[in-house]
Amino acid sequence: MAFTSEEVLAGLAELVTDETGISADEVALEKSFTDDLDIDSISMMTIVVNAEEKFGVTIPDDEVKNLKTVGDAVTFITSNQA
Amino acid sequence: MTPTLIQPTGVAHTRIYSYGAARGEIAVPNDDLVGPIDSSDEWIRQRTGIITRMRAVAETDAIDLATDAAREAIAKSGVDASAIDVVIVATVSNPKQTPSVAAIVADRVGSNPAAAFDLNAACAGFAYGVAQADALIRAGASSYALVIGTEKLSDVVDPTDRSISFLLGDGAGAVVIGPSDTPGIGPTVWGSDGSKADAVGMNATLTQFRDGQAPWPTLRQEGPTVFRWAVWEMVKVARQALEAAGVEASDLAAFVPHQANMRIIDEFAKQLKLPDTVVIGRDIETTGNTSAASIPLATHRLLQEHPELSGGLALQIGFGAGLVFGAQVVVLP
Repeated sequence: MAFTSEEVLAGLAELVTDETGISADEVALEKSFTDDLDIDSISMMTIVVNAEEKFGVTIPDDEVKNLKTVGDAVTFITSNQA
Repeated sequence: MTPTLIQPTGVAHTRIYSYGAARGEIAVPNDDLVGPIDSSDEWIRQRTGIITRMRAVAETDAIDLATDAAREAIAKSGVDASAIDVVIVATVSNPKQTPSVAAIVADRVGSNPAAAFDLNAACAGFAYGVAQADALIRAGASSYALVIGTEKLSDVVDPTDRSISFLLGDGAGAVVIGPSDTPGIGPTVWGSDGSKADAVGMNATLTQFRDGQAPWPTLRQEGPTVFRWAVWEMVKVARQALEAAGVEASDLAAFVPHQANMRIIDEFAKQLKLPDTVVIGRDIETTGNTSAASIPLATHRLLQEHPELSGGLALQIGFGAGLVFGAQVVVLP
């Protein structure tokens, strides 16, 4: 079953909160992972691996650096679902 | 008629008799390194868990560190140095390719004319060495083995590099391995993935340096790529090592992963679902990442701080440049 963009955003916010303690309300589409949410590369990779499992997608290492904002991640996940 | 060859077999079981350790003489705090990387003590602590790393003075080399660690391990083992007939040294940072570190150390510690050789398996080097020592003794090719991981990584760091240099330290850890009445070294789960050779390793060759095409070669890594592999792929290897040894995570007394980064150690332990009773090696906090030396250094420290671990099971896993990995469960001496 495919996840909607809203479901991916909500799920991603949960993963960010679990990893960093940042409030889920902060995790909005336009927010930059590094500049706005202050997420370092190791936490980002943990979130990516957990997102792969949660949404059933594969996010290659080379792709991770293109995911600058929460919106980038939501778009990638929704468009790469099996 | 061709005569039949004699082909020996060895003992049924082996174990680690003792550990020895040597660290660089200088404790280098984060504040000493932050200038060239435009960083802070807090930045390094948050990303690595490192407070200080031990580095050796100019006069001390990887051979000296290995010799000191080996002498302690031999003294504690109860085995006479002259009875050791193979010396295996895991290292990637000795600046002279030949002769081997192992041959020199064997002579210095009184084990001349033991068979002696170096092996290059980066941060998995110690686990590779233990695998070989165990196999050689059980095959009848050796009676007692000295296995050492030694590094002087401060010779291959770039002070301006933000990927790995600030993690690295200098040290050596050694063990003596010999026959045992009961199983003391579980099956080794090991392997490599050379398709990821660029993920971590030296950034140039010595000939490029000689020809003026590159500065002095130093270590580099693709941190996030290595992090993902080191946790989620290596957890599978760790589970295989437990299964191969016929034990559960709850049977462990200690978990000693390669001391790459505290964040890797923490996430690894979380993914392995280790019970609180398992003591985790966290030597990186004050020693730094010493590649092939990190596992025996961390274990040596655990045994000093928690003597009750003696006789318990430890899962050790090394992983690093190659990429290569090796894991086994051992009985702590």
